[in-house]
Amino acid sequence: MAKVIEGLFYSESHEYLKVEGKIGIIGITDYAQKALGNVVYVDMPDVDDDVEAGTEFGAVESVKAASDLISPVSGTVIEVNESLEDAPELINQDAYENWIIKVEMSDITELNKLMDATAYEAFCEEQK
Amino acid sequence: MEQNLDKKEKRTCLYDKHVEQGALMSPFGGFEMPIQYAGIMPEHKAVREHVGVFDVSHMGEVTVCGKDAERYVQHIFTNDITGAPVGKIYYGMMCYENGGTVDDLLVYKMGENDFFLVINASNIDKDWAWMLQHSAGFDIELQNCSEDYGQIAVQGPESEKVMETVLGIPCSELTFYTVKTVDDVIVSRSGYTGEDGFEVYATPEYIRGCWDKLIASGVQPCGLGCRDTLRFEAGLPLYGDELTEEISPIMAGLSTFVKLDKDFIGRDALLKQKTEGVAKKLVGIELADKAIPRHGYTVLKDGQPIGEVTTGYHTLSTDKSVCMALIDSQFSALGTEMEIQIRKKTFAGKVVKKQFYEKKYKK
Repeated sequence: MAKVIEGLFYSESHEYLKVEGKIGIIGITDYAQKALGNVVYVDMPDVDDDVEAGTEFGAVESVKAASDLISPVSGTVIEVNESLEDAPELINQDAYENWIIKVEMSDITELNKLMDATAYEAFCEEQK
Repeated sequence: MEQNLDKKEKRTCLYDKHVEQGALMSPFGGFEMPIQYAGIMPEHKAVREHVGVFDVSHMGEVTVCGKDAERYVQHIFTNDITGAPVGKIYYGMMCYENGGTVDDLLVYKMGENDFFLVINASNIDKDWAWMLQHSAGFDIELQNCSEDYGQIAVQGPESEKVMETVLGIPCSELTFYTVKTVDDVIVSRSGYTGEDGFEVYATPEYIRGCWDKLIASGVQPCGLGCRDTLRFEAGLPLYGDELTEEISPIMAGLSTFVKLDKDFIGRDALLKQKTEGVAKKLVGIELADKAIPRHGYTVLKDGQPIGEVTTGYHTLSTDKSVCMALIDSQFSALGTEMEIQIRKKTFAGKVVKKQFYEKKYKK
């Protein structure tokens, strides 16, 4: 059973968003890391790159495939998780602890389009 | 052919066992096949270090019998089987007149006028039509018996032990690329992993029995996911990636299996390629970074496209991102630096030998 954390926002493409003021912390969910299998590479944007809600900003690669990372919100990248460059497998160990990028969000109303933990849990259930 | 109207994938004789054992299933070559059980990495490791078993019942089998059997095989096959001893296996290709590849295949010599051809699942219909089309004037009987055989591959350093103790099939006397038949069961020392191993062709009932015994004894069931990482590391081509209607065996660096001093379909075109050189060649490329070059990605030299990736992985045995790619021949020398476009970025790499793991066959 994949772990879902209360208080986070979730997208249908299985990214999570943790909100801290104007900062959004983005990663992939436990459900996503389980579906991918061993993560061997994370393709991340650069600091100061703009990301757009619903648009690809990078990719997570397992042995068999590359999966696009889709940003749940729009904004500007202020930090990327550099520890994933050398140890992408951290995502498999704890997907919520090991976020991928932090963005300064430009439109807080975009949060309304995302799911809460309960809705996301139900969404994952439907995927089976 | 009503059952084919909805284009449903076919199932092998082990389908229910894969589902029961929780394998991730996916379409491949017209069949619904297991991609992984425990995961690509642990399965890959099991085969490299111990032993694993694959369901390869999707592969096609064609028999060629009769007075002209050898002459016919020589006519459609790039390798030379003249005077081969019974029990020997040859790898090679069938080519079009222009040198492009119809398929790559194994030819088993079962008897003086009796050959067993193993072809790729995705090419069964195409190959069968090709074989029939070129059989005129030969006194032979061709039979497509792809549906009659189940097939498993037992691969890894412990495969001989498992074959003998778990399946009760004595096989220590078989050398690599030889075959024998025991009570209608065809057993060959062969495989597609770069390790020592065996392939067993038999009735679905027999194959199901073997599968159960192997799983019960703790042998790791393996999916097509690690079959691809294993064959890739060993530098073995996959039809559709490294060999296609456009990619000839000469371009793919498989000249060893193309005997130009005999006659066969495509020989003149391949001889020309061999003597005059080819415009594109298959090479290995190693990246400095961990990003993974995948099938279809563009290879660049000084910003200009010079080719495409055919297969790429972050290899499990060497912890490097490597690929095979078909590129302009002028850039194919070992050490040549180039870049690969991966999504929005380019990554630096250089040409290396396209074998990333040393094969461990039992000669």
